[in-house]
Amino acid sequence: MTDLPESGGAPPRRDLAHRIDPAQAGSHLPDSSAALVESYGAVPDPGLAPHEHRRADVDPAAERRAERQVTAMFGLSALATVGFVVAFFAVPDDAAVLGIGAQNAALGVTLGVALFLIGAGAIQWAKKLMPDVEIVEDRKPMRSTDEARAELVATFQEGSEDSGFGRRTLIRGSLLGALGLIGLPAVVLLRDLGPDPGSALSTTLWDDAAEGMPLRIVNDVTFTPLRPEDLEVGTLVNAIPENFEGSERYDGLPHEGPARINARSHSAVIVVRMSPEEIRSQQGENWDHEGILCFSKICTHVGCPINLYEHRTHHLLCPCHQSTYDLSDAANVIFGPAARHLPQLPLGIDDEGYLIARQPFAEAVGPSFWERG
Amino acid sequence: MMNFLAVRRRHPLAGFLVLALTLVVLGLAYASLAPSDDATAATSTDQSTAVEEGRELFLVGCASCHGLNGQGTDGVAPTLVGVGAAAVDFQVSTGRMPLAYQQAQAQRKPRFYDVEQTAALAAYVASLGPGPAIPAEEDYLGYSEADLLRGNKLFQANCASCHNFAGSGGGLTDGKFAPPLAGVDEQIIWEAMITGPQSMPVFGDGSLPPEDKQAIIKFIKTLEETPNAGGAGIGRLGPVTEGLYGWILGMGALLAAAVWIGVKAR
Repeated sequence: MTDLPESGGAPPRRDLAHRIDPAQAGSHLPDSSAALVESYGAVPDPGLAPHEHRRADVDPAAERRAERQVTAMFGLSALATVGFVVAFFAVPDDAAVLGIGAQNAALGVTLGVALFLIGAGAIQWAKKLMPDVEIVEDRKPMRSTDEARAELVATFQEGSEDSGFGRRTLIRGSLLGALGLIGLPAVVLLRDLGPDPGSALSTTLWDDAAEGMPLRIVNDVTFTPLRPEDLEVGTLVNAIPENFEGSERYDGLPHEGPARINARSHSAVIVVRMSPEEIRSQQGENWDHEGILCFSKICTHVGCPINLYEHRTHHLLCPCHQSTYDLSDAANVIFGPAARHLPQLPLGIDDEGYLIARQPFAEAVGPSFWERG
Repeated sequence: MMNFLAVRRRHPLAGFLVLALTLVVLGLAYASLAPSDDATAATSTDQSTAVEEGRELFLVGCASCHGLNGQGTDGVAPTLVGVGAAAVDFQVSTGRMPLAYQQAQAQRKPRFYDVEQTAALAAYVASLGPGPAIPAEEDYLGYSEADLLRGNKLFQANCASCHNFAGSGGGLTDGKFAPPLAGVDEQIIWEAMITGPQSMPVFGDGSLPPEDKQAIIKFIKTLEETPNAGGAGIGRLGPVTEGLYGWILGMGALLAAAVWIGVKAR
């Protein structure tokens, strides 16, 4: 223990028989390590760093302080446990403190403190008071004795003979066949990666909006058709085509289940109105109707439905990854991970003055994919 | 005294103490120098009409940004021509206007103008151009018979994306945000829908009929009255958010504990 201040005069209070003398650190290494260093240029084992005593090892006052700390933690833990029991009976379950259910909070805090302090006390005890002298224990030889190895081989051969694995070829063949086939389910399950979605990713309900057969745009909760004069500047409407539900163009989708959800998630649109002079560009000439614009509601990044529309800046923000589209500028991406604009629908009005989509989407909605046309 | 300080200037808590003191001093200095809220507003009752009284108030409190005739100032304040009485009532009675200073979005704060002054301001601004009127009480309070389920669907489709599915509010771009809806008066909610304040789009009676507005208000109020069982609700943001909190705070605490365990005692 060369690092101890000699002037302090206090010898280490405990010494372990196996403690390492820094002067001989590294001497426990096998002799071959020196040869390794020489032949391969490997970094030599630096051995153990000199041991530094903790304050509690050399200063009785520090030792008593650490003892008090550990005792205090265990004692406070006991108090917190008592507090848990008291809180369980004393705090009414409908009381609230700072808007938090008081009983749950009290139970959680007291039990948490009680458990934490037991652990913290144990750690503090180990760190400050228990011996921290480095000990080296050499590895035992891994190789079994020759007798044990010979016995194992003999036992294995005996088992092989007794089971008749070499003799009973029928059993052996059938076992190997069964083991070979067991991999088949893993291969068959790959089939679930398909079938190829075909054109499903590019298909929406708006595809029914052929030339001469436009589709009305309806509110996607109440399914009432929209009239331009009902939409003030600044309006946002979450909408869906009329063939989704509630019109004679209804295309027979089931009223619940995956088909309906898929159709809705492909076909959802948002309708916004701004002053026509605020529109800087569109995806097609005159695709607006008097400042009313209609875009797919499905983010082109990973397909979240978006309608966080700030009507003064015309920014549409996707809450999932903060892709931001400028609806006054052809819904181009101005921020975030989305790579392309939200597809736009060309608008118009029909004979009865309802808002219509004149054509289907010109491109696939939603997240981009390899084969996207 | 100086000796006392000199001895303790390297205490581990000394830095925090200095920081706290600095913050307190700065805060006090700001409070004493910032424009005070209790500037007297003209309360003349001599004017014969509310419009005239509103105009007086407007010239004192609003015209510096919104212009002498409410025409607005580019880049500073929007025009008030055509915003209607409902917009004035929304902005002024929630304390959003007058603005304390230019910021990303006007914040809710104690109202500056009393009920009569607000009505006068609303009457004046309404006289500038046609716009949404202050809604009738039987509209915004008449939701007891409204369809709660429909209100839920409408809320989730139209409001939840910004205001959160439990009405806890949420962030937008550039420091703008959608405020939480708990504790907001029915009249204010109605006015927000018909006027589209700040970033919020307009949900006029044409695209969202009054009975649908009532259904939405019923849903918001039902949500508000539903007890929040358990400990900290974290704004009812749901298990994902709670899990996230658990991960971040819990992992942070675990990391701190691991570091403490691993650090060698001295």
